[in-house]
Amino acid sequence: MAKLKGYQIFWECLLKEGVDLVFGYPGGAVINIYDELVNYPQIRHVLTRHEQGAVHAADGYARSTGRPGVAIVTSGPGATNTVTGIATAYMDSSPVVVFTGQVPTILIGNDAFQEADIVGITRPCTKHNFLVKSTKDLARTIREAFYIATTGRPGPVLVDIPKDVIVGEAEFEYPEKVHIRGYHPSTRGHPQQIRKAAQLMARAKRPIIYAGGGVIIAGAHQELRQLAELTHTPVTLTLMGLGGFPGDHPLFLGMLGMHGTYVANMAISHCDLIVAIGARFDDRVTGKLDAFATRARDEREGGLGIIHIDVDPTSISKNVKVNVPIVGDAGNILSQMLEFLKEMDVDWEGQHRDWLARLKEWDSQHPLQYTYSEKVIKPQYVIEKLYEVTQGEAVITTEVGQNQMWAALFYRYKRPRQFITSGGLGTMGFGFPAAIGAQLGNPEALVIDIAGDGSFQMNIQELATVAQYDIPVKVLILNNGFLGMVRQWQELFFDRKYSQTDISVQPDFVKVAEAYGIKGYRIEDPKDVEPFLKSLVKMKEAVIVDVVVDREECVFPMVPAGAAVSNMLLDRPATEKNGEELKRLLPLNFPS
Amino acid sequence: MVHEDHGIQRHTIALLVENKPGVMARIAGLFSSKDYNIHSLSVGETMDPSVSRMTIVTSGHPLVLEQIVKQLRRLIDVIKVVDLTATGEKFVDREMVLLKVNAKGEARAEAMRITDIFRGKIVDVSPETFVIEITGDEGKIQAAIELLKPCGIRELVRTGKVAVMRGPKSLKLA
Repeated sequence: MAKLKGYQIFWECLLKEGVDLVFGYPGGAVINIYDELVNYPQIRHVLTRHEQGAVHAADGYARSTGRPGVAIVTSGPGATNTVTGIATAYMDSSPVVVFTGQVPTILIGNDAFQEADIVGITRPCTKHNFLVKSTKDLARTIREAFYIATTGRPGPVLVDIPKDVIVGEAEFEYPEKVHIRGYHPSTRGHPQQIRKAAQLMARAKRPIIYAGGGVIIAGAHQELRQLAELTHTPVTLTLMGLGGFPGDHPLFLGMLGMHGTYVANMAISHCDLIVAIGARFDDRVTGKLDAFATRARDEREGGLGIIHIDVDPTSISKNVKVNVPIVGDAGNILSQMLEFLKEMDVDWEGQHRDWLARLKEWDSQHPLQYTYSEKVIKPQYVIEKLYEVTQGEAVITTEVGQNQMWAALFYRYKRPRQFITSGGLGTMGFGFPAAIGAQLGNPEALVIDIAGDGSFQMNIQELATVAQYDIPVKVLILNNGFLGMVRQWQELFFDRKYSQTDISVQPDFVKVAEAYGIKGYRIEDPKDVEPFLKSLVKMKEAVIVDVVVDREECVFPMVPAGAAVSNMLLDRPATEKNGEELKRLLPLNFPS
Repeated sequence: MVHEDHGIQRHTIALLVENKPGVMARIAGLFSSKDYNIHSLSVGETMDPSVSRMTIVTSGHPLVLEQIVKQLRRLIDVIKVVDLTATGEKFVDREMVLLKVNAKGEARAEAMRITDIFRGKIVDVSPETFVIEITGDEGKIQAAIELLKPCGIRELVRTGKVAVMRGPKSLKLA
């Protein structure tokens, strides 16, 4: 067997894992790995301008392709800069493998230069992490890292490699099989439970499918669609689930939760059965727990309860008690469930006719809406037009806040992996580097980051990355000169006291783009929006667009934090007095 | 989840874990980050030196206890988790305590008597103090501590509980 250096073993392992793209930032601890990189032309390295950008880019690549994203950084500050990126990937179950350099083993614990206990720091925000103690363990550890990151409920894995392990020597053998005795992700659901779920569905008069990011991760979107169509059951999606079911499907109710549609939140509040698939009853979805889905959960009201399909047992009965838990891969479970359902003699259409009619009524009472203006650009209008102009085909990434919610509500996603957003952690600055990763993973796609002026500035340095590699991402900055979502809360619940949310002192984004050699545009007139977007989608290069929008537009519907999801604000309170009334009614003493 | 105070249960959980650095930190970190209680935790090598066995005594609402077991299973370095209390199987649990008590004057005879009653041992003697070793279940240890208090306890060290199922059943790796 050939003896190889650690830095050679490193790249050989990546080749074996089928990696052809990595994001990173060199430094002293990983300098040998970078030195060796030139001997591996099969692997493309993209140099970001900040380690956080590297991890978000790897994450964007992973989410948009389904393949693991890889980032390489140096020890100490290089490693600590990855933490937000790792926590972002962790909360949204994204398979990212992060390699950090570390000081030589002999210096560990010594407060050495650029030393940080990154394994300790990232323990709570990785699926698993490793400190490699010897070169002979390197290949097996990398193999295990990719295996853990990509199987079961995926997640980020960090591998910390001390300098002496990198330069040390060992016989290279890439393990064929992985055997980790404490790790056996379940894939097949329990048939008895699946049958029980099918039987419950057959009894339901007012069922709803509530699906999340797990459907996309499992690649179960076809099965989900078959389930909905076969049983005439309406579907609502979480933010992470968008694209898991066609956004223009007649059975689609839109997103649910804090900024969900009226019909989706009414449906979840009035249904008699919830079929939860790859979703985790997050507080942004359930609102006030005691008031969540009370009819489905109350047997005396004819509620049939909750079926919950998830690959992670800890997601089940964590927040809401579940009647039929099914642990396993969503695709597998749904196909088995479909078998059972097909054998049943149920008039699905007749059984759900009243329910579907009621939903239609709710939807027509309060559809998604906003008031168009000829004077100032409404952000919703921009997204709506973008949807039309791109024919719903673009890959959209978002930052966090109002831009994210408008992108979720007003663009209708056709397919999985088309909408990429930081749902769990809510990381401002995610969308732009994630767009870079998504674009490199999908070279033919039109990739657009829907940004805010606050978020975009959080990783604005990645403009250099875009320039260096000619990455043709488009950034639409919905510029309102505010930290818009916080401002919205201040408007509605804090007497319009705009404490520290006015960020109208900002760079000229067009000039910033130009300073990097990137095209920059500004649009300010509503009538320019559509023609501009039409030309934008034809542009072959990176473009930064400063869209000057209504400064004080709000995202509606909105369920105030801690309120029941059926308790939606559909518009601004009309008068000051209504505002006062609102504050009295809603339990705002709840934490965010 | 918000839970009312009633319905809180105390459970003893047995774990087999990888015997390598950082595993304790992962488990302790899990309990602290999720705000779970730990009443005691003890750990030691098994017959297979690559595996350690842990006994954790924790408490919480039944749903929280269920989560604790699931969360522990989710850790890659945790090989096996059994909630001994939840299995309904009978198990033996023991804890050891070392007490340094005053042993001057009347207290000297009293401390010896109590040690005897609890079938403990005096493992160190000085003119002023005894170090007493007592092993037993939680109730016995607690009773011994209460009775020795009047003598004056200078130091108290407990191992935390260890537990094993009764009968032929045992915790196996796979």
